[in-house]
Amino acid sequence: MSGYELVVGLEIHAQLVTKTKAFCRCANRYGAEPNTLVCPVCLGTPGALPVFNREVVAQATRLAIALGADIHLHSRFDRKNYFYPDLPKGYQISQFDHPFSTGGHLSFIVNGSTKSINITRAHLEEDAGKSMHLADGSTIVDLNRCGVPLIEIVSEPEFRAAEEAGAYLSAMRELLRFIGVCDGNMDEGSLRCDANVSVRKIGEPEFRERCEMKNLNSIRSVERAIAAETKRQIAIYEQGGVIHRQTLQWNEQEERLIPMRVKEGSDDYRYFPEPDLPELRITQAFVDDIRASMPMLPEQLREKYSTTYKLNREAVYYLAIDIRISGYTDTLIETGSTAQSAAKWVMGPVTRSLNERGWSFDEFSRRVPAATLSGLIQKTDRGDITLGQANAVFKALIVKPEKSPDEIVAELGIEVMRDEVKLGAIISEIVSEHPEELAKFREGKTKMVGFFMGLVMQATKGQADAQLAKNVLMELLEAKE
Amino acid sequence: MLRRIPSPAAIRQSPRRLPDIVGQSLASARELSSLGAFVSLLDARAHQQAQSVVSRIESGEQLPLGGYIVAVKDNIAIKDAPLTCGSKILDFHQSTFSATVIERLEEAGAVIIGKTNLDEFAMGSSTENSALGIALNPFDPDRVPGGSSGGSAVAVAAGICHASLGSETGGSVRQPAAFCGICGLKPTYGRVSRYGLVAFGSSLDQVSPFAKTCAEVYDVIRVISGSDQRDATSSAAPVPDSACLEPFSGKLRIGLVKDFLEHEALEPDVRIAMNDTISALKKAGHELVEVELPNAKYSIPVYYIVATAEASSNLARFDGVRYGYRHRDVTDLASVYDLTREAGFGKEVRRRIMMGTYVLSAGYYDAYYTTALKVRRIIADELVNALKYVDVLLTPTTPSTAFKIGEKIDDPVSMYLSDIFTVPANLAGVPALSVPWSLDSKGLPIGIQLMAPHFTEEKLLSIGAAIELLRPEGK
Repeated sequence: MSGYELVVGLEIHAQLVTKTKAFCRCANRYGAEPNTLVCPVCLGTPGALPVFNREVVAQATRLAIALGADIHLHSRFDRKNYFYPDLPKGYQISQFDHPFSTGGHLSFIVNGSTKSINITRAHLEEDAGKSMHLADGSTIVDLNRCGVPLIEIVSEPEFRAAEEAGAYLSAMRELLRFIGVCDGNMDEGSLRCDANVSVRKIGEPEFRERCEMKNLNSIRSVERAIAAETKRQIAIYEQGGVIHRQTLQWNEQEERLIPMRVKEGSDDYRYFPEPDLPELRITQAFVDDIRASMPMLPEQLREKYSTTYKLNREAVYYLAIDIRISGYTDTLIETGSTAQSAAKWVMGPVTRSLNERGWSFDEFSRRVPAATLSGLIQKTDRGDITLGQANAVFKALIVKPEKSPDEIVAELGIEVMRDEVKLGAIISEIVSEHPEELAKFREGKTKMVGFFMGLVMQATKGQADAQLAKNVLMELLEAKE
Repeated sequence: MLRRIPSPAAIRQSPRRLPDIVGQSLASARELSSLGAFVSLLDARAHQQAQSVVSRIESGEQLPLGGYIVAVKDNIAIKDAPLTCGSKILDFHQSTFSATVIERLEEAGAVIIGKTNLDEFAMGSSTENSALGIALNPFDPDRVPGGSSGGSAVAVAAGICHASLGSETGGSVRQPAAFCGICGLKPTYGRVSRYGLVAFGSSLDQVSPFAKTCAEVYDVIRVISGSDQRDATSSAAPVPDSACLEPFSGKLRIGLVKDFLEHEALEPDVRIAMNDTISALKKAGHELVEVELPNAKYSIPVYYIVATAEASSNLARFDGVRYGYRHRDVTDLASVYDLTREAGFGKEVRRRIMMGTYVLSAGYYDAYYTTALKVRRIIADELVNALKYVDVLLTPTTPSTAFKIGEKIDDPVSMYLSDIFTVPANLAGVPALSVPWSLDSKGLPIGIQLMAPHFTEEKLLSIGAAIELLRPEGK
């Protein structure tokens, strides 16, 4: 890489989450039997015509708002003409010189610092079908995907490292999911990425010839493919060679780039305005309504969590990654839990229970509404029950969603040991049985407090009032000095 | 010309006769098969619909097209019926759905007896470009009926049915209407849903009716007009709602397009007929004024750029992959496309796909396509503007009467010029009507064209009906 600089721009294709396809009423859904989600419109049957789906426009508007892009109240559809068996009309309805939005940016963290990439444009188009090439050389086609709405997000060529491209794609996926515009499942092809890669000598003002990488179906692939292509181009330049523009396909299994068959007659798509659809016109009021209905975006949430709630960085990122998690946490706080406790509970017991039981967050929050958990958190914070007891109550709560925390406390016969004399006796016995640890504490190892507290909780079966026990313990540890 | 079947009004008087009359209509279509008007007859569908219409009328329903027997150009989809577009490439293709206009016709009580012949994919002006054989002009079987909706014009002119649907892109209904001595209306762009009409030039195409009189054209257009959720280019403008058409009774200001009346291609007999028309209108007390459309002369080149550009894309779907014809010798993907499209499309269609592909190609796009769009806008503005000062513009429909079969088929430019007076209305999207006026010295019909402002079909037809009353005797 010595002396060379990488120049990369990404094109992200995101399938929009909508009930129906972009221009017909077929369901927009992955995984159905091949060629079952089709109709005359998406099959290109003679005489059929496309019509707009309003929800597509709403989704594009959400994304444009989230990226801070300029939304064009008037945009236009064009036909991109080419022949392929998975393109039944012989053209794709897309947007060429009047895209839905231009500009905007996306910020993300890479190697510990924040980077922001400018976005060139985002335009709407329809997806093509899926060709599957069989071992015997024949090709079969599934047209279920024909007409699925896509938004293509084109970045400026501002990436200077493969990890930056990976981090950007990851942040874009997070954003798309957060605002519910795309499910982001790269395995299912609902989010796809192409990269335009070139290299140049550091300090060179002009870009050199670029090559396009296709089929980058994971964040890892994006990074690997760009790294491989960088190496290839530098090697060619170092040997005095020239880069010719070409399209390469990333083979994920073999981790290598394979040049794609050169398309006959170059890429002249003969774009022209789609005569079957009038100009797409939206009103400022439509945009404003959508803006008002949008949740706080991850970037804004992180700001709120770190500045207003003073949460640590791990918590800030964890809570802002999914709209369901942030929404649940916000409700915990709104119903009286402290931000610190809410974060601790969501990241701890709640997440553990999701992992253990394989629940989605939606399923969890149906079982344990935020208001219920908030009650338990506050009970714990007030010291009505200990943390250990609270965990027991929580575990019972998730399997008995019809009960309230109070009912479970009663059911489990939980009570808190607040008898100072009794606690004092137990604790002083523990301290005297561990002279070595006591000595360490006195040498300044304050961590030993945790060790002693653990023993106290063990001895009291988790029923000791933690604050009271700690006070008593500290008195004993320090008094005998 | 003779009617071979009673009028719709007569049928409505005794609706039980309808099934027999439908039978008569189908029989005469077979008897006159040498005219080449029909490419398929839909006996079962027609008889079933006739029964349904009888019971609906008897149960007291008012059906706006009760008693109407109609034919439909074979580029309009009817569910479970063949749809050939006059092309080999749609061999054995059956529609899986019906066009909106078909649903509206049948709902209104019309009985559809069959699909009519056309120039392949509506590309032509003579119905000679059909893979299913040519159609003949009923006035002279050595002559063409015009095109591309020739079969639909012949079916009405020969008295087989009351009305028919054709489609217009550049005059494909008005020109055959003029050649066959009947009325043909190209509605305002967006007036009638295109859903189910196989696209040729999508920004120009409109489903367009034929009938013997303006009143009958009105009955049909009233039913098929109106917005359609399945066609984003259909208009929500109010639909004509008078129960029947009355001839226009007031005084009119009529614009005469000077360049058209003095056009070098105009045949003397057509010129004489135009002068007759003008005298008759003056005599009836209407005001005639001269109007200039200086850029209308660019209509044909503009039309053949815009229409072929759109056609090259619209016809890409006929690729031998999913439906219709596929060449038997295909070996790989490229040969599926090359052999199928080479053998499946006729010469004129291939010519237009090549022209359209060329004008959209990188390096030529701006010189042709972009320029054509700009000139289209100028021509349209000019026409719309002229229509602000007059009720209608009057021109001949065609420069000549029906020409001989084979006369122009090897001279595409001369064929294209038969549309010089009709194309401007398509470019501007305004409605235009051809009404038969008289016969030329050879006994062939001459049509006059009226153009009107957007969405004024009812007034346009009522003016046409008034002109029908001024026609010389013996027509």
